[in-house]
Amino acid sequence: MKRRTFNTLLGAGLLAGTAPMIIGRAAAADPLGIGFVYVGPVEDFGWTHAHDVGRKAVEAELGNQVKTTFVESVKEGPDSERVIAELASKGNKLIFTTSFGYMNPTIKVAQRFPDVKFEHCTGYKRAENVSTYNIRFYEGRYVQGVIAGRLSKSGIVGYIGSVPIPEVVMGMNAFIIGMRTVNPKARMKIVWVNAWYDPGKEGDSAKALIDQGADIIAQHTDSGAPLQVAQQRGVLGFGQASDMSALAPKAQLTASVDFWNPYYIQRAKDVIAGTWKSQDVWGGFDSGMLVMAPYANMPDDVAKAGKAAEEGIREGKIVIFKGPIKDQSGAEKVPAGTELDDGAIASMNWLAEGIDGQIPS
Amino acid sequence: MLLRLEPRGEHSRLWTYASPLLALALTVVTAAIIFSVLGKDPLQSLYVYLISPLTSTTGLPELFVKAAPLILIGVGLSLGFRANVWNIGAEGQYTLGAIFAAGLALSYPDAPAILLMPAMMVLGILGGMAWAAIPAYLRTRWNANEILTSLMLTYVAQLLLIYLVTGPWRDPEGYGFPQTALFSSNATPPMLVEGTRVHLGVLAAFLVAIIGWIVLTRSVIGFQLRVLGQAPRAARFAGFSQSRLIWLSLMVGGGLAGLAGMFEVAGPVGQLTPSISPGYGFTAIIVAFLGRLHPIGVIFGGLILALSYLGGEAAQIDLRMPNAVTGIFQGILLFFLLACDVLILYRLRGPKPAAAGGA
Repeated sequence: MKRRTFNTLLGAGLLAGTAPMIIGRAAAADPLGIGFVYVGPVEDFGWTHAHDVGRKAVEAELGNQVKTTFVESVKEGPDSERVIAELASKGNKLIFTTSFGYMNPTIKVAQRFPDVKFEHCTGYKRAENVSTYNIRFYEGRYVQGVIAGRLSKSGIVGYIGSVPIPEVVMGMNAFIIGMRTVNPKARMKIVWVNAWYDPGKEGDSAKALIDQGADIIAQHTDSGAPLQVAQQRGVLGFGQASDMSALAPKAQLTASVDFWNPYYIQRAKDVIAGTWKSQDVWGGFDSGMLVMAPYANMPDDVAKAGKAAEEGIREGKIVIFKGPIKDQSGAEKVPAGTELDDGAIASMNWLAEGIDGQIPS
Repeated sequence: MLLRLEPRGEHSRLWTYASPLLALALTVVTAAIIFSVLGKDPLQSLYVYLISPLTSTTGLPELFVKAAPLILIGVGLSLGFRANVWNIGAEGQYTLGAIFAAGLALSYPDAPAILLMPAMMVLGILGGMAWAAIPAYLRTRWNANEILTSLMLTYVAQLLLIYLVTGPWRDPEGYGFPQTALFSSNATPPMLVEGTRVHLGVLAAFLVAIIGWIVLTRSVIGFQLRVLGQAPRAARFAGFSQSRLIWLSLMVGGGLAGLAGMFEVAGPVGQLTPSISPGYGFTAIIVAFLGRLHPIGVIFGGLILALSYLGGEAAQIDLRMPNAVTGIFQGILLFFLLACDVLILYRLRGPKPAAAGGA
């Protein structure tokens, strides 16, 4: 299974979109119903908010060719199956399900509605009418690490993990790898909150990490609570999924912003044009799906280093998971000269050297 | 003019049944006002919220699927609550029932369904009972408050579940995600209606409620539970064993919660994941009270609460209302229900003639 790059997809889609015949047909037809299933509230300032920005972008771009609907705070599991089926039976022909726990429900509903196209975010199961898509968040983590390495006085970063899945693990590793390019003695302390959105637990974790000496807070959870704690305690941090600078203007250095707009617009156009095909997309900086929020609260030379890291990844000059990489025990995990392929990254279940803590197992 | 509350001196039989209906009516009126403040047509909004989920072909079956675990747990809790045994930890007992049954389903996926399914049901019940046995023992042996112990054990159960799905029971082909393999078809409860998600557990929920009703009203045990709740001293004088009734309450509550957990993971969920319950064990407490702690009432309570979820989703899809409407609707309903209960023990009176006229 090879992942297609987002660029080829975007190129092919743009060509199809410019065909005048197709535009003419779409304008005459009923609007395309597009459903979105969200795991959190649209005002979460993070993950779900970013998806909703994408939904609005589809409406702004395609106007009355589309009609979007969303259902928020849908629990993973059986409840989501009901909601997805409800959206499909109410005439939506393209449905985005935006949380990992919607994977099996999406597949089940897709079997019942073969003429509806489904897009599942962050999963690995596909079908004739089910695509998967995701962002290479770990690229942003590396950039954050480079910035943290320059700014941290204690050399300790506190990292709030959500649930112990490869996606979160690879982010931790990319962060510490980036941080150690600047400060080889840097260490990371981690906390698992076992939730994606739990402002109370997230805030408490930030406090605990700061008490353990962390002067930079990073998070793989969706609320702004950790950044707000960071601001109160006078330390710095990174936003998650959306630009959270409004919540903590004095603490946010930058944020890895999920920018779903181009993908959502493209897939809607594909369905309208009749060119939609099941695929797997994993886009990073070069796809435009991942962007960094404006750099703030840091000296110019640090911002420059951050930008340089961003540019290096975009151009392929920096390969994050390239050996030599050691794991926590000091054993060599990736030999010098070797690069991990997407399969190895996507199933990562080890922590890199410099991280204190464990993956629950 | 001032209204007064005058004690009735007894339970009003009429208002015991009329109070929830009045509460429901007041909720509907209040919801209509909120809808119109939100700028929506109140009648259309009420239709979308309360009626439309029932009219679609999948709506009614989905209502039963959503209500089934609430009813199963609610019936068990209501028996205990009647005896003043406050089992707040049904969520944890549900989780343990799911874990016990999943262990069997994952160990013997190819066992014939005719053996596997009943065995999973028994294990689900045993799992819930085992978890409820801890607060029962602590209460009867050390007089530890079962509200606290059962509630705290919920968090222990959740951590145990996370440990299992991230560790020993993790699906080796699941790309490291915290989940077990999907259960085999033999370990999946049979569907009662083709093309829907109505599984064996839905039937079980209704059967359990009916059995619970018979036990409560027709058996000596049911009588003892009611007496213990209403007049503990009288129960002691009558020689009822309090610890036996505490054990019984917690075993029934825990066993049924465990059974609900088993049916939910084997049926609609299909595997163990860290999020196998959207809080059924806690919502069932509301359901039990909504149903007047009466097993048949619990059926209605479960259906009404399930409807509020489905209606909230329909309101989001058809009216673009925020999800918060669901929570507001449930909150208003509970508020009025508790408020209307005053009428069971008190009657509403106008001002005293003496005070008004001074005659």
